[in-house]
Amino acid sequence: MLKIGILGLQGAIEEHENALLSASKALNVPISLIRLLNPEDLEGIHGIVIPGGESSAMILIGNKTGMLQAVKNKIESGTPAFGTCAGAILLSKRVRRTLNSEVSEGAFPVVDIEILRNGYGRQRDSFSTVINIEDKPFEAIFIRAPIINTVSNHVEILSLYQDKAVIIQQGNILVSTFHPELSNDNLIHRKFLQIIGNFVSPNNDNYK
Amino acid sequence: MNNSNFEPLKSYSDVEIQLGSTTLKRGFANMVKHGVVMDVTNPTQAGIAEDAGAVAVMVLDQLPADIRGRGGVARMASAEAIKEVMEVISIPVMAKCRIGHTQEAYLLQELGVDMIDESEVLTPANDASHVWKWPFTIPFVNGCRDLGEAIRRIEEGSAMIRTKGEAGTGDVSEAIRHMRLVNKGIRDVVAAKDNPEELLILARDMKVSYESALKVAELGRLPVVNFAAGGIATPADAAMMMRMKCDGVFVGSGIYKSQDPENRATAIVYATTYWNNPDKVLEAQSMVNENLAMPGLGISRMDNEDKIQHRGSNL
Repeated sequence: MLKIGILGLQGAIEEHENALLSASKALNVPISLIRLLNPEDLEGIHGIVIPGGESSAMILIGNKTGMLQAVKNKIESGTPAFGTCAGAILLSKRVRRTLNSEVSEGAFPVVDIEILRNGYGRQRDSFSTVINIEDKPFEAIFIRAPIINTVSNHVEILSLYQDKAVIIQQGNILVSTFHPELSNDNLIHRKFLQIIGNFVSPNNDNYK
Repeated sequence: MNNSNFEPLKSYSDVEIQLGSTTLKRGFANMVKHGVVMDVTNPTQAGIAEDAGAVAVMVLDQLPADIRGRGGVARMASAEAIKEVMEVISIPVMAKCRIGHTQEAYLLQELGVDMIDESEVLTPANDASHVWKWPFTIPFVNGCRDLGEAIRRIEEGSAMIRTKGEAGTGDVSEAIRHMRLVNKGIRDVVAAKDNPEELLILARDMKVSYESALKVAELGRLPVVNFAAGGIATPADAAMMMRMKCDGVFVGSGIYKSQDPENRATAIVYATTYWNNPDKVLEAQSMVNENLAMPGLGISRMDNEDKIQHRGSNL
């Protein structure tokens, strides 16, 4: 049984839970889910999802309870993680609040990219489009989404939109600037379950 | 890429992009879940809200408690005030239009706010109907007092629902009553799910379509995000509303009508996130001083005609 924690401070938590359950059914891989609110919730976790929401709110709340530091330690120790939108910002090594602002570190700075908050603009600039992932079309929903401006060469780009990486993988870390949890396609959540499965039992063919 | 020259056109795989769809509008509301939206009247207050961990701010010219006290006509906030707030913070900015005032709503869309609250706190502009919200590219939030009112607003295109409560009072009892009625309505339609005759009676009682009632019955909840609003003044109030299965809370006068706005804002955010951890809610409640809370206005002795919640069309 894979035990997956969803950072539960704020945001689209339930949508990720539903997408993970649907992916688990499709792959026939049993999972258990827990919302991560307190450091002790990280006990025995095999993978962490960092949902979309407001990254600034998550940081302020998580700092108060030591939750951010605990999640940071867990991810830095190699636990697979999947961040969408705000989650992508938190996982980035270099974050820009605006085009002209200084670069700062994300809360869990493991992915070697530079990311710009609200890169496309405000809600009226939010959009959906079809992107290509593993040669399959995927409905990508961008909501006040960030833009990945630069990607270092040990990061694998899984798909591009307008010449910018919108979903990337670096080792056990998966990051998308759009919201796969809002699409009716569990492809990317299946991919994350496979990453976790390979991390937990590298020789098990079920996760290939 | 610069925001201003962002062009909605073809791109990767020559697939066009879609703007302003229902998925995008409801999706925006999904992202503020488990969070607190705070009423603000100026950039300083907006900064305090952002630093306290608000997920969005709602810009008004005056807080609901002052609108209540002042009387006169309350309208959409001035464009300049909204713009100033949009410039200083990075979290989403919402603003209110009058009920049924389609033109104010278009002005707010043009200004670029992230969500419009068609709100009974302002003086209703049309006592017969609400704004038809589907053509807008930005999402709306609307108030409700029971399930029927919530579904009627969703049928008009609202992407998010909140309870009306009784704004500007600091008395949470009406928000609790409205949320209880929404939850009760949902239980009733769920119970009638496999019984079309009963479900039709419920739908007609609520003045909503059969399809909408069936949708709620199948989901076991509203098809959009549902927040609490109207009278929330303390961390315990916020946690109470989360306990009633709200997806998040709006706090209006409760923060800036108190004498400890910074602490109170932080504490309400904390209590909303950790509503199910009694020790954390106690910690949040201990951050505020009841003597510094907004004085408040009890609901029980208020005349019905003084209640903001009854303003606007009943259909």
